[in-house]
Amino acid sequence: MSSVTPRPYLEVKDLTVRFETDDGVVQAVSGSSFSLEAGKTLGIVGESGSGKSVTSLAVLGLHRTRSNAKVTGQIWLDDQELVTASNEEVRALRGGKMSMIFQDPLSAMHPYFTVGAQIVEAYRIHHPGVNKKVARERAIDMLARVGIPQPSRRFNDYAHQFSGGMRQRAMIAMALVNDPKLLIADEPTTALDVTVQAQILDLIRDLQAEFGSAVIMITHDLGVVAELADDVLVMYGGKVIEQGPAIDLFQRPQHPYTWGLLGSMPRMDREVRDRLTPVKGSPPSLINLPSGCAFHPRCPYAGRNGDRSFTDIPVLTGGAHSVACHMSAEERTKIFQEEVAPNL
Amino acid sequence: MVAYLIRRIFNAVLTLLVVTLVTFGIFFMVPKLTGSDPALLYIGKTADKVALDGIREKMGLADPIMVQYGKFLKGLVAGRDYANGPDVTHCPAPCLGYSFKTEQEVTPLLMDDLPVTFSLALGAAILWLIGGVATGVISALRKGSLLDRVVMTGALAGVSLPIYFTGLLASAVFVYWLGWLPQGQYVPFLESPADWFVQLLLPWITLAFLFAATYARLTRANMLETLGEDYIRTARAKGLPERTVIGKHALRSGLTPIVTIFGLDLGSLLGGAILTEAVFNLRGLGYQALQAIKGNDLPVILGVTLIAATFIVVANLVVDLVYGLIDPRVRLG
Repeated sequence: MSSVTPRPYLEVKDLTVRFETDDGVVQAVSGSSFSLEAGKTLGIVGESGSGKSVTSLAVLGLHRTRSNAKVTGQIWLDDQELVTASNEEVRALRGGKMSMIFQDPLSAMHPYFTVGAQIVEAYRIHHPGVNKKVARERAIDMLARVGIPQPSRRFNDYAHQFSGGMRQRAMIAMALVNDPKLLIADEPTTALDVTVQAQILDLIRDLQAEFGSAVIMITHDLGVVAELADDVLVMYGGKVIEQGPAIDLFQRPQHPYTWGLLGSMPRMDREVRDRLTPVKGSPPSLINLPSGCAFHPRCPYAGRNGDRSFTDIPVLTGGAHSVACHMSAEERTKIFQEEVAPNL
Repeated sequence: MVAYLIRRIFNAVLTLLVVTLVTFGIFFMVPKLTGSDPALLYIGKTADKVALDGIREKMGLADPIMVQYGKFLKGLVAGRDYANGPDVTHCPAPCLGYSFKTEQEVTPLLMDDLPVTFSLALGAAILWLIGGVATGVISALRKGSLLDRVVMTGALAGVSLPIYFTGLLASAVFVYWLGWLPQGQYVPFLESPADWFVQLLLPWITLAFLFAATYARLTRANMLETLGEDYIRTARAKGLPERTVIGKHALRSGLTPIVTIFGLDLGSLLGGAILTEAVFNLRGLGYQALQAIKGNDLPVILGVTLIAATFIVVANLVVDLVYGLIDPRVRLG
């Protein structure tokens, strides 16, 4: 490449994912761009249907098996472009250089194969020369590393014989068995007990430190993001509406939707009688997005002082902390300090 | 596991006992209630009083119904003697009595029919299992394509058309019109495997078409459901090639429910395929049952019913045991 600075490990440029359905074209992701360095964690936050899972599935090339999906833009992983790559090239990377942890480990594991066999399978597909015995040892070693007691015995168990937390650990073992340099975790703690959630997050953080992988943490839980992420991407209606370093984003959130997310998060230091303030309304239809700023129908500040500029689609401001909103930075800062921050 | 097996076998025997009770009750009590006389049926309309009393004595028809039932069960398990003074006929176990029509023992009569029915059922089962599952899988993988629509329309026809229509149509086309297949008789396998095969080909295809249609629809639905499962996405995310994803992960779950229905279908077919056997003039259990029904031959009807019920009960048991082996989530016990 011509640029002097090395490309980040993962760089996504202007990614668009569309699904053609009987009801119309679902614009699941429209022009999102982000990048991620090795060893760093990117949190992607948003409501259901905001495009966060679709984005990650696009990186893994998992939309390729759906004939109605259309992916455009660029995805660079370790200097290899994936959108235009062949199915076989992407398949060889899947589970190898990049792998994924899914939300519900019970449904994400095959019910008829033992957990051990599924890990062995994942290992051997990327290490064709390895015999079964070595692969088995590798799988047991991985089970031990993710903290599963008696790994050589649990190797022969089925997913339904594991507890929820142990199952997610096994899923993580399977995802990491080939030392991936990019790990995508799609709401890895949503289906788990609260007591287990923290353990799993700790595990992911420890393993990341050990393996030096880049991690994309997809979640709707800002608490998880605050704990793990270096950078945050906030998505709404298939678009990135705010992105920046996690510290900045939590201290000086810029987008009214981000304010809404923060306001709907329970906090220990808040008075019990204070009610959570949900973001009013419901997520937009991806077939028929609101014109202009997709968030404007739910935005309490849209059209204030007679400003009708929300009818145009806002663009990201650019820079380290970037936001897509019509209001000027001064305006937003003023509103945040006077109206939003006191209630957070 | 052993305890489960013993309990299941005990249950199976109990079920069969209830079947004997019900069938015996219907076939030997109903004549009593309606005033028809089994002794008369044994001997024929012109029998005189002495002969009738003699047959009543010998067949135990004068005994109370529960005694008769007890003797019937004893005959099934240990064989029984029909005796009227010095005139003794021994009927070895499992004794199902004597046909009203031919005065032959029912058991060997039905045993002679078994190979025909078995040949028909097993051959057809192999055909429909392979054909139905294969078309179902292909349909699922090509969902919405022209091929899928053609196959599913064909399957709908297969499910809806009765066997006496498809059977006669197939005979008309392949035997009488095209002359590709002989219109003949069943040839035992041991006599000539080639003739056995050729003679059974049309009945197999006809019967298999009916079942294959159901299996294709079922397989298609199962596969489509399985392909939408999270663990299929996981398999792809691991980097498995598509043929492994479909051929190993999807088929493994998509076909498991087929085992259940296959076992039950096969079990009930082994008890006789009345329509198919009648259409193709195959002298199997189903054909025998049809003749018995026409001729009011109660012991034969009872015998066929019992055999059919036994196959169904055994098939159920086998299916449950097999399911415990192929689905690790099923616990036997």
